[in-house]
Amino acid sequence: MSYTKPLPALEGHAGDFYGWCKKRELRFQQCTGCGTWRHVPRELCAECGSWDWEWMRSSGRGTVFTWTVAERPLHPAFADAAPYTPIVIAMEEGVRLLSEMVDCPHDQLVIDMPVEVVFDDVTPEITLPKFRRAG
Amino acid sequence: MKDRACIVGIGETKYVRKPGSGMTEVQLHLQAATRALEDAGLTGRQIDGIIPSPYVATAEQLAANIGAATLRFATTVHMGGASPCAALPIAAAAVTQGLADYVLVPTGWNGFSSARARNVVASDVKSLPGATIARDYYVPFGLTAPPQWYALIARRHMHEYGTTAEQLGCVAVAMRKHAQLNDNAIMRGKPMTIEDYMLSPMITAPYRLFDCCVETDGAAAMVITTAERARDLRKTPVYISGAAAAQPHPADEIFNRKDIYEAGMTIAAPRAFAMADATPADMDFAEIYDCFTFEVLQQLEETGFCKRGEGGAFVEGGRIELGGDLPVNTHGGLLSEAHTLGMNHIVEGVRQLRHEAGKRQVKDAQIGLVTGWGDFGDGALAILRR
Repeated sequence: MSYTKPLPALEGHAGDFYGWCKKRELRFQQCTGCGTWRHVPRELCAECGSWDWEWMRSSGRGTVFTWTVAERPLHPAFADAAPYTPIVIAMEEGVRLLSEMVDCPHDQLVIDMPVEVVFDDVTPEITLPKFRRAG
Repeated sequence: MKDRACIVGIGETKYVRKPGSGMTEVQLHLQAATRALEDAGLTGRQIDGIIPSPYVATAEQLAANIGAATLRFATTVHMGGASPCAALPIAAAAVTQGLADYVLVPTGWNGFSSARARNVVASDVKSLPGATIARDYYVPFGLTAPPQWYALIARRHMHEYGTTAEQLGCVAVAMRKHAQLNDNAIMRGKPMTIEDYMLSPMITAPYRLFDCCVETDGAAAMVITTAERARDLRKTPVYISGAAAAQPHPADEIFNRKDIYEAGMTIAAPRAFAMADATPADMDFAEIYDCFTFEVLQQLEETGFCKRGEGGAFVEGGRIELGGDLPVNTHGGLLSEAHTLGMNHIVEGVRQLRHEAGKRQVKDAQIGLVTGWGDFGDGALAILRR
């Protein structure tokens, strides 16, 4: 069955971010000037003003920061998915990432619970970074 | 700029849901605008400044229709629901600096029968400044609509500060109670108890149906001029004592703010209160942008009515109801009157200060607050006085 949910546009930095995900690597920009990690991708470091950065590999580990349980879908592409659980993960590197849990019913979610990234190949072109409970 | 500019005219269309307004959005803006002109005792010809809202009627269209033959100031604020309030400091600056004599600000939409906010945000990358970020990093995971963005912040607040569903319900119940005193409120005739609130279906936990505002067809408008000119017009002038707008950092992405609760309001509020030489405790009422219930608590905290984390306790026990310490959204707000992107909050603030609010009049109201909230947490506010 074909995948019908909305997909990111693979333009500019988003193309690079999801390109790494396709290679099963979660990477964020890290400023080479001051070492600050950032998400979403930007052109300059807001901390030090440097234009220099690299795509650095994340440990893939983080903790649950907050979540919502979408019980009534507000977009037709997610009509059959409800209830589903958009979640904000606080990554070890200090950035926060909006994602989805793959293995944890929402009534078992706890704030600060450790989680780790998994990669979901939703189409041949796009791989989304999602999360599961960590060890 | 304190007290040097006034709101001198207000106008509203009828607020409706089913079967829709039956008017185009341009017609709605023009109906609200002409009613605001009539209220002020002005003609369209006298309007020489317009702050149109994004995407609906252009300044050119509005000027051509109302006969504004000497338009010399036009700009648009891209702050979603904060735009009408953010237009206040801009209009005040424009009239006090002589860029225009009379500035018209119309806002509204067919938010029920046409482009509903939930659809626009997920499908149109020009709909808000952060929309490409939403497209690439939120929408693929099902975070498609405003109540979902803010439910995430609400849950975090509940975890950190013990804010409860019942406290969110106090906001919804107060707005609904006030709407019973307002003939133009969508929810007039539909009273609601806290039990009704708790039983309403979950939309995106922790937000239930009654935590969410009413998508509406309708428009509202205001006219601003200098305090000197205001004294010659039809109605009691309402002075813009303090006004400010601001954006959080980053403004186009919600979840990587160092302080997750910092909003535009956090930055703007101290500036507006300082300009007005007033404090939250001085306010006789507050018309607070209530897209969802938690955003009322958050703005009460960030504007300084209470400390961070105390918003839930603040709204308990009828404190924000008419007759309480701080009546909030005396018209019913976005939750129970209508969603005209917050212009209805400014209109109500003006009515209260003119003592034209009828059964819902705050006794002897002298000074009050209006706020706006938009996009991913942009904020604007004005302290108004008679």
